Amino acid sequence: MLKDEDRIFKNLYNDLGADLNSSKKRGDWINTKDLCEKGRDWIIDEIKKSELRGRGGAGFPTGLKWSFAPKEVGSRPHYLVINADESEPGTCKDRDILRFEPHKLLEGCLIAAYAVNSHKCYIYLRGEYYNEGIELQKAIDEAYKNNLIGKNASGTGWDLDIYIHYGAGAYICGEETALLESIEGNKGQPRLKPPFPALVGLYGCPTIVNNVETVSVVPTILRKGSKWFASLGKPKNTGTKIFCISGNVNKPCNVEEEMGVPLKDLIDNHAGGVVGGWENLQAVIPGGSSMPLLNKEISEKITMDFDSLVENKSGLGTAGIVVINKDQDIIKCFARIARFYKHESCGQCTPCREGSGWMWRILERMAKGEASREEVEMLFDVTKQIEGHTICAFGEGSAWPVQGLLRNFKKEIIKRNNFDPLIKSNKDIPYLVDQHLLEKDNAQNKS
Amino acid sequence: MSLKKISKEQPEKFEFNQQSLEAAKKILSNYPKGKERSAVMALLYIAQRQNNNWIPLSAIKYIAKFLNMPYIKVYEVATFYSMYNLSPVGNFHVQICTTTPCMIRGAYKIVDICKKKISEKENVLSENGNCSWTEVECLGACINAPMMQINNDYYEDLDIKQSEKIIDEVLMGKKPKPGSYRGRINSEPENNRKTLLDLKNA
Repeated sequence: MLKDEDRIFKNLYNDLGADLNSSKKRGDWINTKDLCEKGRDWIIDEIKKSELRGRGGAGFPTGLKWSFAPKEVGSRPHYLVINADESEPGTCKDRDILRFEPHKLLEGCLIAAYAVNSHKCYIYLRGEYYNEGIELQKAIDEAYKNNLIGKNASGTGWDLDIYIHYGAGAYICGEETALLESIEGNKGQPRLKPPFPALVGLYGCPTIVNNVETVSVVPTILRKGSKWFASLGKPKNTGTKIFCISGNVNKPCNVEEEMGVPLKDLIDNHAGGVVGGWENLQAVIPGGSSMPLLNKEISEKITMDFDSLVENKSGLGTAGIVVINKDQDIIKCFARIARFYKHESCGQCTPCREGSGWMWRILERMAKGEASREEVEMLFDVTKQIEGHTICAFGEGSAWPVQGLLRNFKKEIIKRNNFDPLIKSNKDIPYLVDQHLLEKDNAQNKS
Repeated sequence: MSLKKISKEQPEKFEFNQQSLEAAKKILSNYPKGKERSAVMALLYIAQRQNNNWIPLSAIKYIAKFLNMPYIKVYEVATFYSMYNLSPVGNFHVQICTTTPCMIRGAYKIVDICKKKISEKENVLSENGNCSWTEVECLGACINAPMMQINNDYYEDLDIKQSEKIIDEVLMGKKPKPGSYRGRINSEPENNRKTLLDLKNA
């Protein structure tokens, strides 16, 4: 288990108070000026050396992302945008940072803004976090008052203004380009990439978008050194991470642990075990609802880091662990996740807009046992047609959980849905099959 | 996105009152010159707060003029995001999270209570006109499941008995105490804490 002194978020449970004075006692804002005076290149280099990977889900190396921002400010100003639109089912880590460690975030904002040459920082906060927004605004006001941000922030000679922009209940606005559209006052529909936001982002200007947790750990990394951070966790999956363990566990909780901690350790040690004992475990969603589930055998020995989860056909995502035990109907659980994606699709790309509804309806029927045997294959085909055919990663996010379900629980689904198909004849009836698929290799999935 | 019902009864006119106007001007100063339309989401919130928690079409028109934007652009935003109410809701708007992490901890039992006590259907006012309820997607408090949001406050770690009590109070027009209903502190593992122990006693 990680030692307490290596934990970054000491106030995760609000034992110490979130105000400026208590935060300073924990070490926030102590030598921000010295850190900035070491220069942009040093900051970016340290973050690169620490091998910090973005905590928002994709796991992109943060130092590399910062280095994409143009070195000199041209005619267009640079922006820093913090993604606090946390709405992935199973994830609630950013909420605790916003409530209890806002000064870590604000100090991180100053350092990040300094590193990418930005004078303005927007924090895109999800609209439902109204009370968290008030706490954050309080912290921002405090920081302004003590001249930690604003003109000549913390004595660094750098001006920085931080604003909160409230979202209004759209999951898709957690996608970085949709988030930028939303700040610009449009509906949140993702943009095509490239151009990437680092070059053409908010108002067409270079913009760096980072998750709350990513930015909040930056000051501590710089203070304790990249070596310390890189020594935790596994190679290429370094540092600590807040894990949210929810679902059928005895003591659901948030806990900061080392990357690469065994999943079983998290569930048994920190979350008080599965309801009904480990034997009662049915499946675990390891990284928020978008990531494919893990079955019991894999959950037993998997470690929680980006790479080993990818090896097991899943992903770390946001590290929101949802434990599902055998008392639950697994098909129903995933029908509900499919409904979530159907509700949250922005409607821009047809495969996702229509496909997410199809998946939901098929899964609802499967949960009731009203589907035919053949529809199991059809459902898999639908997921394959969404995946990779959309502008943003929402398509994958909606298709992967269903694929994970089909990979691991196909037998259960077929057992419950054992009707004969409505049309028994061969599949190559022209009006039943998309002709273009027959010509391609991926038509193999059909039969 | 979800289908939005726009109220059939619409007030003729809408204007910001003094307080809203000041708030709107303050928001506008957050954004660079020439990018005022960024404030549209915040202004819709201000209009919603002023108009008893829902946005009439006249307010959408007013905001369009205020920001010098086409009406349809503001309409688009108002219908895209799920937190803008385009028809009247109760003084206490109960939102129950029913996404999977809450569902497997019994969120639908709370939905049943709401159906019984408030109204048979979603987004329909209770008999005394005080309350309405709706199912929503993940509210981001999964470790405190099942939970619901009433206006701006989160009510966490619920069970049937306590949910009934909360709904009863809300129906009578009282605001229940927000937070965890099992007495746990924030997001810590109840009676099972293994980390940061020396700070707990500090």
